[in-house]
Amino acid sequence: MLATLFKFRGGIKPDAHKDESTRTPIAAAPLPARLVVPLRQNAGSAPLALVGPGQKVLKGERIGAPEGNFSAAVHAPTSGTVLAVEPRMLPHPSALSAPCVVIESDGEERWIERTPVDYAAESPDALRDRLRDAGIVGLGGATFPSHIKLQPGAAGRIGTLVINGAECEPWITCDDMLMRERAAGIVRGIGILRHIVSAERVLVGIEDNKPQAIAALRAAAAQAHGIEVVPVPTRYPAGGEKQLIRVLTGIEIPYGRLGTEFGVQCFNVGTAYATHRAIELGEPLVSRIVTLAGNVARPGNWEVPIGTPIDALLELAAPQAGTDRYIMGGPMMGFTLPRTDLPVTKAANCILAASPALFPPQGPEMPCIRCGACTHACPAELQPHELYWFARAKNFGKAQEYHIFDCIECGCCAYVCPSNIRLVDYYRFAKTSMRALEREKAAADAARERFEFRNVRSEREAKEKAERLAAKTAAARQAMAGGGQPAGTTPSVPAAPTTTAEAAAPLPQLDEAKRALIAAAIERARAQKEAVQPKNIDNLAPEKRAEIREIEARRAQVRELAKTPPEEPV
Amino acid sequence: MLSALLVMAGIAVVLGAMLGFASVRFKVKGDPLVDKIDAILPQTQCGQCGFPGCRPYAQAIAKGEAEINQCPPGGEEGIRKLADLLGKEFKPLSVEHGVEKPKQIAFIDEALCIGCTLCTQACPVDAIVGAAKQMHTIVAPLCTGCELCVSPCPVDCIAMVPVPETVETWKWKYPVVQIKVAGHA
Amino acid sequence: MNGSPHLHLPVSVRLVMFKVLAALVPGIAVYVWFFGAAILVQIALASAAALAAEAALLRLRGKPVALFLTDGSALVTAWLIALTFPPIAPWWLTVTATLFAIVVAKHLYGGLGQNPFNPAMVAFCVSIVAFPALMTQWPAVGFTDFSAQMAVVFKSQSAQDAVTMATPLDALRTQLHVPEARATVAGILGSHASFGNIGGKGWEWIALAYLAGGLWLLQQRIITWHVPAAFLVTLALIAGGFSLGEPDRFAGPVFHIVTGGAMLGAFFILTDPVSGATTPRGKLIFAAGAALLTWIIRSFGAYPDGMAFAVLLMNLCVPLIDMNTQPPVFGRKAQQREKPHD
Repeated sequence: MLATLFKFRGGIKPDAHKDESTRTPIAAAPLPARLVVPLRQNAGSAPLALVGPGQKVLKGERIGAPEGNFSAAVHAPTSGTVLAVEPRMLPHPSALSAPCVVIESDGEERWIERTPVDYAAESPDALRDRLRDAGIVGLGGATFPSHIKLQPGAAGRIGTLVINGAECEPWITCDDMLMRERAAGIVRGIGILRHIVSAERVLVGIEDNKPQAIAALRAAAAQAHGIEVVPVPTRYPAGGEKQLIRVLTGIEIPYGRLGTEFGVQCFNVGTAYATHRAIELGEPLVSRIVTLAGNVARPGNWEVPIGTPIDALLELAAPQAGTDRYIMGGPMMGFTLPRTDLPVTKAANCILAASPALFPPQGPEMPCIRCGACTHACPAELQPHELYWFARAKNFGKAQEYHIFDCIECGCCAYVCPSNIRLVDYYRFAKTSMRALEREKAAADAARERFEFRNVRSEREAKEKAERLAAKTAAARQAMAGGGQPAGTTPSVPAAPTTTAEAAAPLPQLDEAKRALIAAAIERARAQKEAVQPKNIDNLAPEKRAEIREIEARRAQVRELAKTPPEEPV
Repeated sequence: MLSALLVMAGIAVVLGAMLGFASVRFKVKGDPLVDKIDAILPQTQCGQCGFPGCRPYAQAIAKGEAEINQCPPGGEEGIRKLADLLGKEFKPLSVEHGVEKPKQIAFIDEALCIGCTLCTQACPVDAIVGAAKQMHTIVAPLCTGCELCVSPCPVDCIAMVPVPETVETWKWKYPVVQIKVAGHA
Repeated sequence: MNGSPHLHLPVSVRLVMFKVLAALVPGIAVYVWFFGAAILVQIALASAAALAAEAALLRLRGKPVALFLTDGSALVTAWLIALTFPPIAPWWLTVTATLFAIVVAKHLYGGLGQNPFNPAMVAFCVSIVAFPALMTQWPAVGFTDFSAQMAVVFKSQSAQDAVTMATPLDALRTQLHVPEARATVAGILGSHASFGNIGGKGWEWIALAYLAGGLWLLQQRIITWHVPAAFLVTLALIAGGFSLGEPDRFAGPVFHIVTGGAMLGAFFILTDPVSGATTPRGKLIFAAGAALLTWIIRSFGAYPDGMAFAVLLMNLCVPLIDMNTQPPVFGRKAQQREKPHD
């Protein structure tokens, strides 16, 4: 029962380079002395740290709790002591830092108590919570929390589960090796995912250049009912989620929509395997398979504890002379690592040693000649050359109109561009700039609203105050005029006068004791303040320091002014 | 001769009626120009322009009573957008109104705060919480960086701190074109 | 910093341009066979002028000269100019036209990739308007004597009637436009020495050689099928329709396709990516429009061949065509095209 395959438009066929790293089985990477575990290893919000320096942790102990539902937990990859929870540089193209938990391993690898469960007896909700708390995220690289993808959408059920074993990027073989060696675990994981969404059909898409993986998964899936292993034509980016869903089911999921809405959802084989470990072995996600390839003497796949420094890992593969940089991810979508002492994260499927021989530097960028090669290659069926013009001219409105956010940044357009234009960089620039503008716009709108609300409120308060005052004077006049009237009949005065009086009373009317108290508080604060010196200024730029000096001078001036007794209090 | 005059007069009457009808039928409510200008302004509400808030400044610009270069938080880009919208010439930010600087937000040194509520009264967007004699704090996501709370503080415990770039807010840099493209932008 | 991808196909603008030049070679070879080596001299003249102008302009504009000079785009313009001009046009005409194409039509608009009009066609139109006599002075079939040709090209020796003759299109136009002559298409085609089996004598073979080169470009994915197919089919349909209705007044489809600049235009001129439409539907509209205009100008206009004017007129429409023919993107086919945001 072969499924009919559909086609996606565009795509390219670069050299696969899959053989180099599949000659040896997956090996366990040695445990490093120190691990740096970034708290945020998922798309969505950053988890909150649960540990502090000096704390002992066990392998698999939760060190970061999911913050809200769109988040996933983080766990200690080994047993040891927490050295610090501090910002560390992330393996990210920005080379920026974010909070990380630094753990010194004790080498004992003592697990926390693991509680395997029988998934068939659990409710889907309980299983989704377990996945979130086990830190299961998409291991294809996007690190989208899996439990979110498993939620039935408004449209109802997910009838078809697509399992992504395509691994279309050149050089990367971690999924290939996982499928060859751990097919049974993957199939069990698929069983759990299927149980959660009660899908009737499971399609496992594997590019047809991985016959061993296809055979292994077919053998493992033979017992399971309704799991179909489908070889798909080898064409990058067949492993793109939307492309694979299109190839296997014919459904096209546009940008901004979830597969759930179309009754289909897609998971990476690595994610399925991690699901199996999390539910049936009780082991949270603390390691992943990483391909080490490129200009190295010993390419291969390693099972690596999350948080292992990349340079320690690279020693295993022995980079060769001529390596000029390291790429995390594949050559089509990966990024150049800013440094190599950064940790392996859940997103790290591959570390490539790049050399000018393997990845020749691109020729100089020429003007676009609108040849249409990019349009031909674009799997999102965009007009990349138009987007390029708009992004280059910072014409973001037009870029959006031409659906720049539908771009999956697969790099096909830049790969085929005869003018050597770094198209994807332009799109990334435009997209991130537009997101920033949107954030600014949202903040400005919120500020406007709050400002206007505040104005309305202060107007209302002023009016109410005036009314109260008027009422009071009216009442007083009435009381004076009708002196003989009994006091009890004075209308609506009793509560109002006191508050009004207090609010309207100028400060001098405050009793001396209160004033002394304020003065004392100010004096205390001033004393404290003067003890405070500007901190952390040593490595700032000179102009920044000048600015700080200026501010300090102004403050000193204010202090001086404050010391002379004020003419009238506020 | 007479018929020509009559025809001309007739045409004038018809056209006049059409114009009158159009002015009633397509009357624009409110002042869209003010809204458009206000949409460009950064809503910092800092008053550096000399007006009590962004909207009053927008109204002043619309009436032609203020220049377009009086908004330091909006910066050069803001001036450019205003110039585009109003069909005016771009001019550099007027120095007397301030200088453009990276976005900052206020930070209260909570050890020093005496709970005087002066800053909460100064804040144009209600981004400071705290009651009398209680320590105050800034709700960072709401702070526009207007600095209006800094000077009222009697104990000088409010500092402006730059907003650091994070992985989430980081922007990809504009690609550097290796070939010097001279002549056109 | 440079992001992904870190891989790149070994392609370049230079490669694209040189493939286009290579695809023109068969046509040129047949050209030489029928009309002598003068065309080679014209190509050399145009190439030299184009490269000189390109180098000077790049220098003036502060661009890397070596990089852009070797991209081949100036050569493509030069060759197209030479191939669309009469092979015995005076040397100064070819040179001036080429200079005009490179300086005005290309670099004044911003150089490679920025020109809204096909530079070769700009050169052709300017020349035919300015020097109509020289631009319609075509060598007669059999006039292949190189030194005699060179005499016309370089010594401005006026070409006698013996060595020049009207092109088939020109012949048709001039004779059909004289009502008293009561000429019919069939009659003219049968009588005139410049007509071959299906088109102009010699020209029909050159057109077929262009077709071969064009098909190779198609196979090399330098061009897509849309433009040549839409152009040739539209031209054939219109010409066929009218010649069926009034066979005496209108020439047939095959004649239109293999004469004049039709075949060269279909595969080499209209397919210029810079000045042409880029969307699939846009390409069809663009090429069909060019075919319609070509036929109209050929049949009713004052100029013998309408190809060049048709190309320029359609170049004008490209932004409009592209804007309104954006294909739906992945996953948005069923939906209506979203309206642009305000």
